[in-house]
Amino acid sequence: MKILVGYKRVVDFNVRVQVKPDGSGVVTEGVKLSANPFDDIALEEALRLREKGLATEVIVATIGPADAQAHLRNGLAMGANRALHVVTSTAVQPLTAARTLLKLIEKEQPGLVILGKQAIDDDSNQTGQMLAALWNRPQATFASKVEIANNVARVTREVDAGLETIEVDLPAVITTDLRLNEPRFIKLPDIMKAKSKPLETIDFASLGVESGDHLKTVSHAPPAKRSKGVMVKDAAELVAALKTKGLL
Amino acid sequence: MSRILIVAEHLNGKLNSSTARCVTCARELKPDAIDVLVLAEAPDAVAAEAAKIDGIAKVLTLANAANAHALAATYAPQIAAVAKNGYSHVFAPSTTFGKDVAPRVAALLGVAQVSDIMKVIDAHAFQRPIYAGNAIITVQAPADQMLVATVRTASYAAAGDGPNAAPVEAVNVSVELPTHTRFVELAQGKTDRPDLQSASRVVSGGRGVGSAENFAVIFKFADKLGAAVGASRAAVDAGYVPSDLQVGQTGKIIAPELYIAIGISGAIQHLTGIKDAGTIVAINKDGEAPIFEVADIGLVGDLFKLIPELEQALN
Repeated sequence: MKILVGYKRVVDFNVRVQVKPDGSGVVTEGVKLSANPFDDIALEEALRLREKGLATEVIVATIGPADAQAHLRNGLAMGANRALHVVTSTAVQPLTAARTLLKLIEKEQPGLVILGKQAIDDDSNQTGQMLAALWNRPQATFASKVEIANNVARVTREVDAGLETIEVDLPAVITTDLRLNEPRFIKLPDIMKAKSKPLETIDFASLGVESGDHLKTVSHAPPAKRSKGVMVKDAAELVAALKTKGLL
Repeated sequence: MSRILIVAEHLNGKLNSSTARCVTCARELKPDAIDVLVLAEAPDAVAAEAAKIDGIAKVLTLANAANAHALAATYAPQIAAVAKNGYSHVFAPSTTFGKDVAPRVAALLGVAQVSDIMKVIDAHAFQRPIYAGNAIITVQAPADQMLVATVRTASYAAAGDGPNAAPVEAVNVSVELPTHTRFVELAQGKTDRPDLQSASRVVSGGRGVGSAENFAVIFKFADKLGAAVGASRAAVDAGYVPSDLQVGQTGKIIAPELYIAIGISGAIQHLTGIKDAGTIVAINKDGEAPIFEVADIGLVGDLFKLIPELEQALN
């Protein structure tokens, strides 16, 4: 079984993103870029399934500009067998991303697709669900545990009410939550090895994807700031302050 | 002319307040009609609850044994089929229920989704947070196609009951339902405490609490206040408490009147989950912790000493 992993490059989670003064976007020049943390978890899960003998090949795929190749090399260094790079200089919205990934599915025929539940840049949390719908296959979102046997995935999902377990027939789309696993670190020799692994570039236009970029971002603004609070010196003062505000 | 279809969220025969929060958001579009759709095995009780919400034109029900559990693959084609009956918008709450099902509906309809509406500009323009709330964008959706959206529930109070109950109407759709996705079980933490997402008071603990055993201190203090209990990602990752208590970018987004953060440093990913709280209290031994930048009231000190003192002072 092949596993296709969505592997997006985003602004590193440690960067405190700033809105440009003119509201045209956020500052990305000179900012550290990393794999979307949920996608690292997706890749780790795929690698573990391969190590357990449940998968034969792990393919990482990204949709992004030409310089995203280095990012895909990281995925290869982590352990993916090969990489697919759909090259486009403009960012795509989730529906377009899902339609693009569907083209890759048609080409590769994976038995399982694992994506992060959301990318920490646009925080949309849509692509996996949209892909499953377009593919007419099951989705198991927000996964914290995945067990595969007899072509069925039993997935525990982190939902608001607790932990939900569902069974989905493969092929299916799984999206990862934080506690599914802890991604491995990349070792230096693997970075060298990754340089010779296959990385296929595909021109976005050549896929003939119907654009789903229907939303126009009109402006960016910094979030409303909370006014500076007060410090109290002990428990009694805190209780008094809460009583003054009518909260106790 | 806009008609909004809201997908009701419910569990164990009870309507979730997230549905009435969606109604509040939907009313801001000044639509011609707001209808609520209840999918369930036996939807009557939930439908009756939904019918009371002020501002609803009618409640539609889709009764089907296959709808006993909220499986996105099963719900989505039915929601999409109902939406095609003249609706301009489909709304769902931005809870794990809505996040799971709404994009599947949007893709079936071939339209975009706006996630996490926090403010309505007009019927097709909305504000939503990106980068864990470090930026707020205004997005414009095309007026000539249906729009699917999820509503950031912490941004909207729940609509109250109206003077008259809306009519309830059973509908039929002819779509083939998949069998490839099956519900197995839901493990729910048993608790008598208030629900984290709708509680007016929340006490949260972080890594500073130190262990699962120590978290008893947080639970006891919360009970004293009649508060729900939350946690930072660090506390959940460390195994102190289950994942359904996590507050933040990838956990629950909440807006209690009073939020007390104990032993939480205040990573941006956590702060985005509480920015709509009325009053934020921070208790941390590190006076430089970022949580104090957003706290309305801060207290520096050892939580294991301060909490008993607080309990004493409350008596």
